[in-house]
Amino acid sequence: MLQPRITPCLLIHKGGLVKTVGFKTPKYVGDPINAVKIFNEKEVDELIVLDIDASVNASEPNFEMIAKLAAECRMPLCYGGGIKSLEHAKKIINLGVEKIAISSAAIENIDFISSISEELGRQSVVIALDIRKKAVLFGSNYEISSHNGTKNYKLDLFKFIKDAEDAGAGELLINSIDCDGLMNGYNLSLASKIRRELSIPMTFLGGAGCLEDLQDLVTECGIIGAAAGSLFVFKGKYKAVLISYPNNQQKVKIFDSINA
Amino acid sequence: MISVVDYGLGNVEAFLTMYKRLGFEVKRAKTKADLIASSKIILPGVGAFDHAIKLLNKSGMRETLETLVLGDKVPILGVCVGMQMMASSSEEGKLPGLDWIPGRVRLLSPSLKSTNLPMPHMGWNNVMPKNGCPLFINLEQEAKFYFLHSYYFECADISNKTANVFYSFDFACSVSSGNIHGVQFHPEKSHHFGTQLLKNFAEI
Repeated sequence: MLQPRITPCLLIHKGGLVKTVGFKTPKYVGDPINAVKIFNEKEVDELIVLDIDASVNASEPNFEMIAKLAAECRMPLCYGGGIKSLEHAKKIINLGVEKIAISSAAIENIDFISSISEELGRQSVVIALDIRKKAVLFGSNYEISSHNGTKNYKLDLFKFIKDAEDAGAGELLINSIDCDGLMNGYNLSLASKIRRELSIPMTFLGGAGCLEDLQDLVTECGIIGAAAGSLFVFKGKYKAVLISYPNNQQKVKIFDSINA
Repeated sequence: MISVVDYGLGNVEAFLTMYKRLGFEVKRAKTKADLIASSKIILPGVGAFDHAIKLLNKSGMRETLETLVLGDKVPILGVCVGMQMMASSSEEGKLPGLDWIPGRVRLLSPSLKSTNLPMPHMGWNNVMPKNGCPLFINLEQEAKFYFLHSYYFECADISNKTANVFYSFDFACSVSSGNIHGVQFHPEKSHHFGTQLLKNFAEI
């Protein structure tokens, strides 16, 4: 039986690991390689590492750092940040990264997804979308954003998701800007709405504050990637830095609805 | 010496790191000459079938590999697309496979459509080995491995199937024929389960 994935998401800023709130106020939480070593010991399902400086600074991915991370990871690794060309994508995959997350380059040019997916296979192509709730007349809508929430696109979220899937995306990573760092739970209605539209795997990020939040997402969406940042790096109400991850027993509980 | 074939695809570094940690002699093979003294060979791979075959041809190592594997019977383990290349052909591509284990690589999706399961098959799944396959010794019953693929290996001869996985239906996730082995999942990224499997292969 295929299991849902529980995936820590690590943000890299100025060479260190950080955790943000609402995509702002990055707080230093430690050294990336050290964190990977701890996550190895905890046998995490997979790991997402996002370089939040690369696109904003218009710099290339830091290949040297990615190589170090990939060699250290004993779990599948998804890297995102600054990937703008097929050459970048190939180079990163050849460094031993399983999946690459693309955001602005795919949003601005949907054909970019096809070109990468044809060459690398769709299983390695993750489209990462930062989503923000937008107040509109009679309800709410969602807008797609990039560059740490500073660049917004006039695109229909659900149409874009469909287009990305048709273009050859192998996975969708949804990151809720509104929920980031709040640890109040996922936006479950959005997650289930997107999950229903998709035939590719989805990973949902933003808002998880306790293991029950992961369980709620799995109960709502079934086979899904439940990703979290704060939950796996902070402990207690004062947010002391402590890396944690559910053990097997806790996982069984989180997957309860699937196994039932 | 275990050689990990580096023809430009797949996670060579992860295999090197893993085997070094386990205390085995291992090296990256980029040329024919690098392959010669191999006692075991790992053929990794990710991505599209034709792309992988093209790169293997271009690497200049294919002929030597065939001599070592088919002639000298050096044990080889293909991983993911490295395994799929061992088939006769693939629905994903037009180029012929290596044809080391008779069979066809087929698309998973038509079987999944009715079940609403996401495609590709991605994540941790239980592997059900057949009794006696040396790759799976000393592994617990509920061994889980990491999968990331859209195509699967359909053996022409079912006696080549050495393990199944279930994703809307049972299909082969491990195949063997004599010294030739292939696994669809990623042992190099499957924690202690994968470590044990790679150790088993090294000790065959």
